[in-house]
Amino acid sequence: MNRMRIQGWLFAGSLFVAFLLQLMPLPPSLEPLKPYWIGLVLIYWTIEAPDRIGLGFAFCLGLVADVLVGELLGEQALRLLVLVFIVLRFRARLRFFPVWQQALAVLALLLNDRIVMLMARGFSGEPLPGGVFWFAPLVGMAAWPLVFLLFDDLRARLRAGE
Amino acid sequence: MPLARTDNATLFAEGAVSTLRLIVYLAFAVALMVLDHRGNYLESARHVAGLVIEPVYRLASLPAQLARATRTAVVTQDQLASENRALREQLLLAQARLNRLDALVAQNERLKSLLEAQKNLGLSVQLARLINVDLDPSRHRIVLDVGANQGCTVGQPVIDAQGVMGQIVEVLPNTSIAMLISDATHAIPVMVERTGLRAIAYGSGEIDRLQLPNIPISADIKVGDKLLTSGLGGRFPAGFPVGEIRKVSPDRSGMFIAAEAQPAAALDRSAEVLLLRDQPQPYGPPAPREDVGPPASLGGPPAEVQP
Repeated sequence: MNRMRIQGWLFAGSLFVAFLLQLMPLPPSLEPLKPYWIGLVLIYWTIEAPDRIGLGFAFCLGLVADVLVGELLGEQALRLLVLVFIVLRFRARLRFFPVWQQALAVLALLLNDRIVMLMARGFSGEPLPGGVFWFAPLVGMAAWPLVFLLFDDLRARLRAGE
Repeated sequence: MPLARTDNATLFAEGAVSTLRLIVYLAFAVALMVLDHRGNYLESARHVAGLVIEPVYRLASLPAQLARATRTAVVTQDQLASENRALREQLLLAQARLNRLDALVAQNERLKSLLEAQKNLGLSVQLARLINVDLDPSRHRIVLDVGANQGCTVGQPVIDAQGVMGQIVEVLPNTSIAMLISDATHAIPVMVERTGLRAIAYGSGEIDRLQLPNIPISADIKVGDKLLTSGLGGRFPAGFPVGEIRKVSPDRSGMFIAAEAQPAAALDRSAEVLLLRDQPQPYGPPAPREDVGPPASLGGPPAEVQP
């Protein structure tokens, strides 16, 4: 019971930190390279704890993200829905990939996410962004091992602390 | 292991239920987007959620603020820093006044003193600080620390010491969000200071570039020309520096000149900005004066006054 609660705190805390990281400014030259932190953290939890995350959760989280950082209500909800659905679909295989293969899968997921984002923005009539737009998934891929190892380590420590 | 309870059965395919749910949720999300695009509900949702959003913004801006604060603390003493900040604010205000004065002098020379109304140099401003939060790298928005409670309204122009930065697009109770002139969806009416040529400067999505796509091929415009706000459209008051022409070339069709300008304001650097209070443009004839005609004291019955 206690362990579940600590895990729950870790879960909620990681999402909160992801939001903060998403909002946190970088130097202007690095700004387009910022990975989609919310997406990364959500991928991790979808792989590791799918009983916490369903499509409904992704939808609600996306709405919160929209209210916080977004422009169009529903845009991030759509993106996270697609993300979580694909991860849930392939979760059984993703779980047992080595980290570098997982990173490649994450790259594919984030690229797909960019395409979904482009579609959403295209329909709302915004101009298309430039080439730098496509670099962020690469950074996300590079960040994936960090996220994965960090959370795995944290959870292992929590388990050992019992 | 509680996690593995459904996985063994479905290694390669989930049931159809999940897909159905996905479709329902997707439809829901798309419907929301369409509704929001039409009705702009997000703004009101954010206004309601402002109490929660604002602390998160401030929290997210803490590291950047901390970095700046430690830098000042290491270099100078605390008192010096605050004095420096006060002086910088004064300088900002003074430079903004000066810029406006310069522009108006030039304008008056050129326009044969026709525009009496523009001689009014009163500049009613409000100082605001940037909250270091990055909403979306592909959109050029800044978050300011003044909101509806401080009298901030949507549409107010935002300037810094060097020129126009953008305009307020969204107001929360204690925070507001401004769109920079470099945002790809922003356009600002400008005129060339040297010749008075009017044009529209569109944002390019790059922080250091504005585009002026449709200038007539016969127009007199060259590299180094300064752009000022023209005041047309009534959103930005006339005479504020917007940028400087960096490149002039014929566009693809050969029918127009496409120019590029560099914004005058330090769009990616300013820590303090000024919000212009509303300056209603003088449309139509001026309102009739109240106290015209003979003084009211003369209106009394003359018979009683005379002895």
